[in-house]
Amino acid sequence: MTPLAGYLLLSALVFSVGLAGALTRRNAIIVLIGIELMLNAANLNFIAFWRFSEQPEALTGILFVLFSIGVAAAEGGGGLAWVIAIYRHYRTANVDEVNRLKG
Amino acid sequence: MTLSFLIIAVLTLAGAIAAVTLRNLVHCALALVVAFAGLAAAFLQLDAQFVGFAQVLIYIGAVAILIVFAVLLTRGGEPPQQQTFSLSWPWGLAVAAVVFATLAWAISGSFAARREPAAQVEATTKQIGDALMTRFVLPLEVAGLLLTVALIGAVLIAMRERLPESRTDNEGLRTDQPSAPSGVLDRAPSGGQP
Repeated sequence: MTPLAGYLLLSALVFSVGLAGALTRRNAIIVLIGIELMLNAANLNFIAFWRFSEQPEALTGILFVLFSIGVAAAEGGGGLAWVIAIYRHYRTANVDEVNRLKG
Repeated sequence: MTLSFLIIAVLTLAGAIAAVTLRNLVHCALALVVAFAGLAAAFLQLDAQFVGFAQVLIYIGAVAILIVFAVLLTRGGEPPQQQTFSLSWPWGLAVAAVVFATLAWAISGSFAARREPAAQVEATTKQIGDALMTRFVLPLEVAGLLLTVALIGAVLIAMRERLPESRTDNEGLRTDQPSAPSGVLDRAPSGGQP
């Protein structure tokens, strides 16, 4: 197995673990943790492809990862704010008990 | 396939699996720190020093602490009594397994995965700063705007709910006002009968 394939497989495994966590857990915070893991797996893919590309001096992979980290930080902050607001309203953080749009 | 890569991969995977399977939410957040640290080590091994240390600063320093705060604010510190997995967990697990099988199949058959690494890659902070200020200046501004919007939005969403309280006050006034005319109407026939 070549080094790039190893990194891609690690990224795919982390992505699958995050997806399984986001789909199977009931607590909304664990769902957000799974989403963060999936975003990090995508970042690892970007860095691996940048390192093994033919023109690494263009720095596109690294800058894409930097902007991706910024988007993930915005997503995490907004998501955790929603979790806190939902917990304050419903007195629960389980996503399968929050099934009404009208509070 | 070096020994250091194997150690990093095992550490990252163990942290990720523990982060989504443990029952105690604080343990989940701490296992997530291990997974983030493993990914930062993988970035450093791929000669991306700036991204590796940005990962340490942002994810381990900020996102993990934010998750711990959210856990404590939602009182998830104690292990829950009811089940932690949703009722449809076999379906979620099956979807994740299918996604991983598809990705592994694509990786094993890809010609790009047989590529050899470039000899020496340099991504210094100066080069990244130059690229951010010249070619990628518009995405940088958009990212700053996005972070500002996310900051204001998170504060607004997580602020204490004031609107429903004032609305209930108005409804209380409205329910009081019709009760007085109905009382007058009730009293009028009773006064007229005798």
